Amino acid sequence: MSQKPDFVVHDEGDSVGVVVVEGIKAGQELVGWVMDQDRTINFTVKNDIPIGHKLTIRDIEEGETVIKYSVDIGRAIAPIAQGEHLHVHNAKTKRW
Amino acid sequence: MDLKKETFLGYRRDNGRVGVRNHVIVLPVDDISNAAAEAVANNVKGTLALPHPYGRLQFGEDLDLHFRTLIGTGCNPNVAAVIVIGIEPGWTGRVVEGIQATGKPVEGFWIEQNGDHNTIANASRRAKEFVHQATELQRERCPLSDLWISTKCGESDTTSGCGANPTVGNAFDKLYANGNTLLFGETSELTGGEHLVAERCRTPEIRAEFQAMFDRYSAMIDRWKTNDLSESQPTKGNIEGGLTTIEEKALGNIQKIGKQCQVDGVLDKAEAPTGNGLWFMDSSSAAAEMVTLCAAAGFAVHFFPTGQGNVIGNPIVPVIKITANSRTLRTMSEHIDVDVTGLLRREINPDQAGDALLDMTLRTANGRNTAAEVLGHREFVLTRLFESA
Repeated sequence: MSQKPDFVVHDEGDSVGVVVVEGIKAGQELVGWVMDQDRTINFTVKNDIPIGHKLTIRDIEEGETVIKYSVDIGRAIAPIAQGEHLHVHNAKTKRW
Repeated sequence: MDLKKETFLGYRRDNGRVGVRNHVIVLPVDDISNAAAEAVANNVKGTLALPHPYGRLQFGEDLDLHFRTLIGTGCNPNVAAVIVIGIEPGWTGRVVEGIQATGKPVEGFWIEQNGDHNTIANASRRAKEFVHQATELQRERCPLSDLWISTKCGESDTTSGCGANPTVGNAFDKLYANGNTLLFGETSELTGGEHLVAERCRTPEIRAEFQAMFDRYSAMIDRWKTNDLSESQPTKGNIEGGLTTIEEKALGNIQKIGKQCQVDGVLDKAEAPTGNGLWFMDSSSAAAEMVTLCAAAGFAVHFFPTGQGNVIGNPIVPVIKITANSRTLRTMSEHIDVDVTGLLRREINPDQAGDALLDMTLRTANGRNTAAEVLGHREFVLTRLFESA
C-alpha cells in the first residue's frame, strides 16, 4: 500500500504541488506524490494551505515562470520560497 | 472492461439515433410564449416545458444560432415528441419543420389570433396524445458505440486537473477506441494549452480550423476585456478552489480528452457532428450554455467533472457529475454521481476511475436518474452572440 499523500505533483519538473487533504497547517511535515514518476517526496510547508491550493516545491524568483503539468502556467510576481502558498497574491497569468 | 461487448437499453428513433430518455417537450420559440408553454406542461403530466428569455428581434448569425439550438434540442434523441409554441406562425413553423426531419411527432401552435387560452387548450390536447404515444415506446438493446457523449467541466479546482478530468480522459480514450461519438469545447478555457489541442488534431486542415476558432474567440476577449479576466475566467469559485491562472485551468481542462483521442473535426455552436470520433465545438465555457449546446448538437449523455461543486443539470440530457475533491464530496454529496476521491489517496488508479465512470454511464443510459435529474436541475440556457435589433 502506497503512503497516502498530503499533496500531489504532476511531474518532477514542476514548480508546484497541490494540497489534496483538508487542514494543512504551517510547519507540518508533508508527504507528496509525484504522479508521473510515481515517487514520494517529503518536506515542510511554510503556510496554512486549504485543500486544492498549491505549494511551491522549489524556490521561485520574482518574474520566473511557474511550471505545472510540465507547462508554463504563468509568472511569479514576488519571490516565493519552497513550501510557501502560491496563488493569485504572488502569481499571475501571462495571457490576457 | 471490453466496451465492444457492452450494451444499453435505449430508445432508437426513426432517424437511427439512440436516446436514453423519452421526454415530450413543450418548446417556446420566444420569451413571450413561455407562459403558454408552461401552462401546457402544467396541464399535461409527462411533458416538460423549456422556457428561455430570447427569440425576439434577433438577426443574422445570432438568429441562426437561436434556430439551430431550438431545432437541435427538439431533434435530440432523448426527446420523443415536441410541441412548439410561438407568438406567430412563421418562425414557429420554421422550428417545427427543422424537427420534422427526424420523423418524430412534432406540432406547432401560435398565439396571435388565438390568444393564450385557445393556444393552451389546443396544444394541451395534442401534447396528451404525444405522451400516450411516447409512453408506449419500448427501450431496446443497443451497442455502447451508439451513445453520443459530451463533456465539459465546471467550478473546477486543482483536483479537477489531477483527478476528475483525467477520469473523463481515461473513459474518453476507451470510448474513442470503441467508435463512440464524443465532444468537448470551451474555447477560452484552452488558453495556455491550445497548442496541445492543436497537436492532437488529426489533419493539418482540422488543425487550421481549430486554430481559427481559438484565435477568433481570443480576439473577442481582447476586444471586450477590462482586466485580466481574473474572477471571470478563472471564475471566483475556481480561484477559491486554488486555481491561479487561466493557463493552469486550461491544462487541467484538457485532461478530459485523454491521452490517445485525436480531434477528428470541429463544429460551430449547436452543430451536429457528421461521424464518430472526437469533435471540438467552439463554445462558451459557462456550464449551462455549453451543456445546452451539446444537447442541441445531439449528445445524449454528458460527463461533468467538478472540483468545487457546480450543480448544473440539463432538461433533456442526463449530466453525470464526477469529483475527486474530498471536501466537495463531504459537503455536497447529493450532487455527485461518481466519487473518484480515491485517486488522490492512491487507492485507485486512473484506469479504475475511468471504468467506474463507464459503469455509471451504462447505468445512466439504462435509466438511472443522475443527481442533477433527481434534484430538478434543468438549466436551459441559449447562447447569444450579440444584441437584438
